[in-house]
Amino acid sequence: MARTLINVPPTAKRGEVVEIKTLISHPMETGFRTGPDGALIPRDIIHRFTCTYNGEEVFSADLFPAITANPFITFTTVATESGELALSWTDDKGQTQTETAKITVE
Amino acid sequence: MSAGSRRLSFLGVGVAPVLIVSALVGSAAVGLADADGDSRRSGFDFMGPQTQAMQGDDTSNPGMLAVLEGEDIWNRKAGAADKSCADCHGDAARSMHGVAAHYPAFDTGTGGPINLDQRINTCREKNQEAEPFPWESAEILALSAYVGLQSRGMPVQVGDDARLAGAIKAGDEAFHRKQGQLDFSCADCHDANWDRKLGGSVIPQGHATGYPIYRLEWQSMGSLQRRLRNCMAGVRAEPYSYGSPEFVELELYLMSRSRGMAVETPAVRP
Repeated sequence: MARTLINVPPTAKRGEVVEIKTLISHPMETGFRTGPDGALIPRDIIHRFTCTYNGEEVFSADLFPAITANPFITFTTVATESGELALSWTDDKGQTQTETAKITVE
Repeated sequence: MSAGSRRLSFLGVGVAPVLIVSALVGSAAVGLADADGDSRRSGFDFMGPQTQAMQGDDTSNPGMLAVLEGEDIWNRKAGAADKSCADCHGDAARSMHGVAAHYPAFDTGTGGPINLDQRINTCREKNQEAEPFPWESAEILALSAYVGLQSRGMPVQVGDDARLAGAIKAGDEAFHRKQGQLDFSCADCHDANWDRKLGGSVIPQGHATGYPIYRLEWQSMGSLQRRLRNCMAGVRAEPYSYGSPEFVELELYLMSRSRGMAVETPAVRP
């Protein structure tokens, strides 16, 4: 559905705090703007972001209409074991995009 | 009597800070000249550290989303000829290396300068036999960002083609021509008053080395012509229309003025 850029360190030491950076292309239409015909443009924003680490949720966020187009979300987590991070964005149209990234813990 | 003296004393207080400010601006300009005595500075230098960091990291630069899209379009077959850009040009990292640094360039078909967007669309019409992408469409911005990225870090090469001397001169004249209800030329801000503030924003020198850019104010990608239309509307002039010869000449002059500076595509600007 959309282009994403994900920055997860490929390797980390056990117990290390790692920073995860994500960027997704999305118009984040607020629902407050009017189109050329004067009618409101329906709201279409990503309203939910979650990140699971080997199936366990480590970060989640609710997003609101004041958030910019192409939202950039960055957060930290503790590298516990090698595995997979699954990042999911859900928008008002009900579409969910999930991207995964591998991390190796030494 | 008292009213007159109050005004005079107000002027007396007011003049001194103005002089200090202009002295500071003057010394800043001298101090920033690099070893070769080149005092030209990219708009990047005028941004805050956060915005610079955003541009500097390819996983936080939103322009890279357009680059990904552009790569997809590069490899996608289109038009009656059912050919993709890659079918003729192959790997963009090789075939497009340094190409964007030469644009706007002379076009034998029209006998004048054309910019990168126009070159892409000409190729699209002639060789892919496809409809040209509309001006400022996500597709043309993505493709020119992808092609532009292949020249990132390389010096701008525009300005040495003798066939374009007349067009550069026309762009130069447009840059120095006062226009609009505010009666400003481009040079009035970008040559005479760079590094000072306009409406709270720093005035850069107007080196268009990073286009198409991701502009935070737009929350999207945009071309140099979109940015120029912004400036023209700002001085309350009637903006040229997209793709008009006047715009291409102005782009050409701007790039010749930035000759030797590094390409930054896709740049982030506030």
